Amino acid sequence: MNFDYFFQLFLGGLTRGSIYALIALGYTMVYGIIELINFAHGEIYMIGAFTALIVIGVLTFAGWNGTAVLVIAAIVAMLYAAAYGWTMEKIAYKPLRKAPRLSALLSAIGMSLFLQNYVRLAQTANFLPFPNLIPDFAFLKPAARFIRPSEIVIYATTAIVMAGLTLLIKFTRMGKAMRATAQDREMAQLLGVDVDRVISTTFVLGSATAALGGVLIASHVGQINFYIGFLAGIKAFVAAVLGGIGSLPGAVLGSLVLGWTESFFTGYVSSDYEDAFAFLFLVLILIFRPSGILGRKAMEKV
Amino acid sequence: MINIGEIKKSLLSALWFMLLTFPIMVIRVNTIDHTIQWRWERLVWVGGAVFILSFAWRYLLRRRQASARQTVMDIQTRGLVSHLLQRPREIFQTPSVRRPAMGLALVFLLALPLIFSWNRTILMTNVLIYVVLGLGLNIVVGLAGLLNLGYAAFFAVGAYSYALLNHHFGLGFWTVLPIGAGLGALFGILLALPVLRLRGDYLAIVTLGFGEIIRLMLENWNDFSFGPSGIDNIAPPGLFGLSLTLQQTHTFIYYLMIALTTLTVVVVRRLENSRVGRAWVALREDEIACQAMGIDKTKAKLSAFALGSTWAGTAGVVFAAKQKFINPYSFTIWESIMILCIVVLGGMGSIPGVMIGGLIMVLLPELLKEYADYRWLLFGAILVLMMVFRPGGIISDVRKAYAFEAEEEEPHHG
Repeated sequence: MNFDYFFQLFLGGLTRGSIYALIALGYTMVYGIIELINFAHGEIYMIGAFTALIVIGVLTFAGWNGTAVLVIAAIVAMLYAAAYGWTMEKIAYKPLRKAPRLSALLSAIGMSLFLQNYVRLAQTANFLPFPNLIPDFAFLKPAARFIRPSEIVIYATTAIVMAGLTLLIKFTRMGKAMRATAQDREMAQLLGVDVDRVISTTFVLGSATAALGGVLIASHVGQINFYIGFLAGIKAFVAAVLGGIGSLPGAVLGSLVLGWTESFFTGYVSSDYEDAFAFLFLVLILIFRPSGILGRKAMEKV
Repeated sequence: MINIGEIKKSLLSALWFMLLTFPIMVIRVNTIDHTIQWRWERLVWVGGAVFILSFAWRYLLRRRQASARQTVMDIQTRGLVSHLLQRPREIFQTPSVRRPAMGLALVFLLALPLIFSWNRTILMTNVLIYVVLGLGLNIVVGLAGLLNLGYAAFFAVGAYSYALLNHHFGLGFWTVLPIGAGLGALFGILLALPVLRLRGDYLAIVTLGFGEIIRLMLENWNDFSFGPSGIDNIAPPGLFGLSLTLQQTHTFIYYLMIALTTLTVVVVRRLENSRVGRAWVALREDEIACQAMGIDKTKAKLSAFALGSTWAGTAGVVFAAKQKFINPYSFTIWESIMILCIVVLGGMGSIPGVMIGGLIMVLLPELLKEYADYRWLLFGAILVLMMVFRPGGIISDVRKAYAFEAEEEEPHHG
């Protein structure tokens, strides 16, 4: 066995996993609270990447350059994505809170379809190159063969976002309200939790995280188009389920497992069936381990 | 109704959406020659459109709330307007109106190839194929309440079974038609077996994954399916060995589809009120209660998937024969979502609803050819709006209700 090749695949899987994790973190939060697959979460990630690209374009045109541009673009993208997430919840999900699950799910699919085509029509259907503005860190020079600066930034961001969200949920008032809402929405409401605000906040936070992911991933991959969100969203969902839906460390763990599995499969078995394998993995996980690695088995109340 | 407060609300929404859509709608960065295109006029459109739509949005939301309250309150207090809206359905329900109307529609459909050009006939064949697909998906989604996002895969199974059997063994259309239907059912059961325990979101994602796996296999397994280049020269259906011109073939396929659609409608209608159909509805309404009533959940789910995919397989065979050429790109997830839109738009669980849904969803993009780009945007909006304002669809399914007549009840005195 070639160790060098193995190590490459391992790092490739780690990067993939961290990428999925950035999207899965927001996904798992939203799912934990409203128990709805937010199909449009991937679209928010895509909109974040597009907004960042536009901001970078405008700033570069105005003569700015360097890392500052990336930071500003990322902040603007997060703000915009949060606004989109908030608006989306008000339009497509809030009126359906008491409706059957099937209706909310169909509405989510519609929202995803709408946002995708909105970007396609307003911008372009082609792939756009995304500039790589992440600086070359000096301390990475010796390891340049294995690891790119963008990868380090992605690992670090994933870790920071996970830690930050965990702290928020564990220790703040809003975090407590979120946990209460996730456990029992009606009871939380009776005890004075403003459920509408909690759900809105969750959407805002989740969308901002997704946008951050969008900016970093686009910098890493180097190109974006309107369709990148769909598959990313589904894979992030699988990662979130694998880790145990609603659990933040679980989302990261699940993403890493998914990333490594995919990376080793494509490296050792076949690259033609990369996506087919991801879907097969998805089907197997949902069938055999729907409660995930870190999740508790859900009992159904009658 | 329109006062200062309302206008202020609409103005605020308009401003919010102008802000929200500003970067993506207005600015377009050309990354190659580093120029920026500003399209300010679009901001005005967004503002104006949102200003008007937000009135409609709030009005419809209010009406929805009012109607929800009304059903709770006494039905007698219903307004005149809603009573008048109920009238067309009642008129259509009376047999003396219904039968001639349906007869007329059938005569029109039969005479269609004689009246219109054959392009139109092909278009109507398309509509009918989608109606059959919609009716099939309706069994799974509308009646049994199991969201299936991989329905196009069963359509692909039918289409590829005809294409491949015809290509390798020269089997004819009529031989493969039952084979395609059978294979569709088989794949339906294959999918249903592992997902028996799942429902709701997880079921939707698994079916989506299954559909994508089938498509990706068709795309990559070159030895089996000829990959992305697809299969060409598929034989048209035979008619007692007569040699038909291209035009006659299309007319023949059209009549074939009418027969198939009629058969589907009859079968689904019979199924709806059968034991198994009632079991599906019970399954949709409450799985646990349904099980408690002694319905075999496993059997109900398996039969829903199997019967739903049978129609997809059958329609797939006709589709392959009509197109003469198929490749994997006709069977993507978007195809599944389009069929889902037909069911949702028309009315989940309702046969006339699905027929109207198919008619609208296929004909509308054809009529608005200049706006073809906006098709998917519209489909997305339809899904959201239908779910929010009219979850039952255009023609919602009316459940059979059994009323107790209180007056006839004899009082029991001990």
